[in-house]
Amino acid sequence: MKNSRREFIKVAGISALGVAAASPVLNALASGGEVAHEEKKVVVKEESSVDSPYKTNKSAIHGARWGMVINTSMIDAKKAAKITAVCHAIHNVPEIPNKKQEIKWIWPDKFEHVFPDKEDPYLAEKFKEMPVMALCNHCDNPPCVRACPTKATFKNSEGIVMMDFHRCIGCRFCMAACPYGSRSFNFSDPRKFLDPAKIDPAFPTRMKGVVEKCNLCAERLAIGKIPACVEASEGAIVFGDLADPKSEVRKLLNSNFTIRRKEALGTLPSVYYII
Amino acid sequence: MNDKKIAIAGLTVFIVLFTLPFWWNMAKAKPAPKPVISDKARAAGACIESKDVMAKSHMKLLDEWRVLAVREGKRTFVNSKGVEHNVSFSTGENSCLGCHNNKAEFCDKCHTYANVTPYCWDCHLDQKESAK
Ligand code: SF4
Ligand code: SF4
Repeated sequence: MKNSRREFIKVAGISALGVAAASPVLNALASGGEVAHEEKKVVVKEESSVDSPYKTNKSAIHGARWGMVINTSMIDAKKAAKITAVCHAIHNVPEIPNKKQEIKWIWPDKFEHVFPDKEDPYLAEKFKEMPVMALCNHCDNPPCVRACPTKATFKNSEGIVMMDFHRCIGCRFCMAACPYGSRSFNFSDPRKFLDPAKIDPAFPTRMKGVVEKCNLCAERLAIGKIPACVEASEGAIVFGDLADPKSEVRKLLNSNFTIRRKEALGTLPSVYYII
Repeated sequence: MNDKKIAIAGLTVFIVLFTLPFWWNMAKAKPAPKPVISDKARAAGACIESKDVMAKSHMKLLDEWRVLAVREGKRTFVNSKGVEHNVSFSTGENSCLGCHNNKAEFCDKCHTYANVTPYCWDCHLDQKESAK
């Protein structure tokens, strides 16, 4: 028994080697010489990372772990609406009348909804009515990433939890995994709810059956701009590299008492709140 | 042995019927359409790679682009001549569709002929369509 198994493995190994060695030859034979040559130009470069034809933009801004500090007392209902509108406009987020199907990247909510674990019957009135901006927390330990079977949701090298819409199969596991309701599902074609005159061609729309959420304006960081909500907040939201002790966000964390959403869950949000 | 003739006749009919779609297509086949190069693309002088490479491998290149731009944040492409290009299919002037702003004559023509329906446009916006 033992002997024959060993024989089998030997033969299997040798055949595998043979196939591996023969495949370039077979490939060359399969596609006419000229075509193989043309296609190689593109493909070979992709494989060798040393000589990759791809680079990050010169104008891009980089961080080791991007994060935000939101100063809630500086945001009133009007500013909250403005911040939401700016983000949703540049990312072509549709406004869907049916509340159950709405799509949100950033939105104002009540304190008790954003911080349900800070429930307190004696919470001062002003906090009860104050709009608190909620968005994806770009968690350092993101459960949504672990849940996604296709790696459509992933954490990039700068700490942003990204969606690769090309890969999303709409299983919604990530939505079940996110404890903050940061994700929205496209129950129907979002373009039906977008004003064609207002669609921004600078950002693709989504399609039916895909999940979406805040991407921390990764497309803006790539061209050297800070997130749109930060710009629109007039100083109420500060953006920066949490890993850099000299960054503005770290300075704020040093000089203020801040809280994060549902800290006890261990998702390690990158969005901090000064109340 | 007597059935030989019938069998051969039956087989012939079967083969003709079975391959009919191929004959049909051959008879119907039109020459491949030539994509119309927009004025803007013409004015630019050259695409990011040679015409041949683009015609044969644009889908591969775009597939690479979407992975590298979204997943690795690499949005600058250095072509075989060493010239840098913005990695973007549809966002603004400095993108594929920014130059090839005639989707119907440039993209759709060949795609329709080849009977392929790429789903790029489910999300990416055709500049003209959105300008309307
Ligand atoms: S807030 Fe939700 S969607 Fe965002 S990274 Fe954390 S778990 Fe994922
Ligand atoms: S819905 Fe999309 S992003 Fe969410 S887990 Fe499924 S494949 Fe991943």
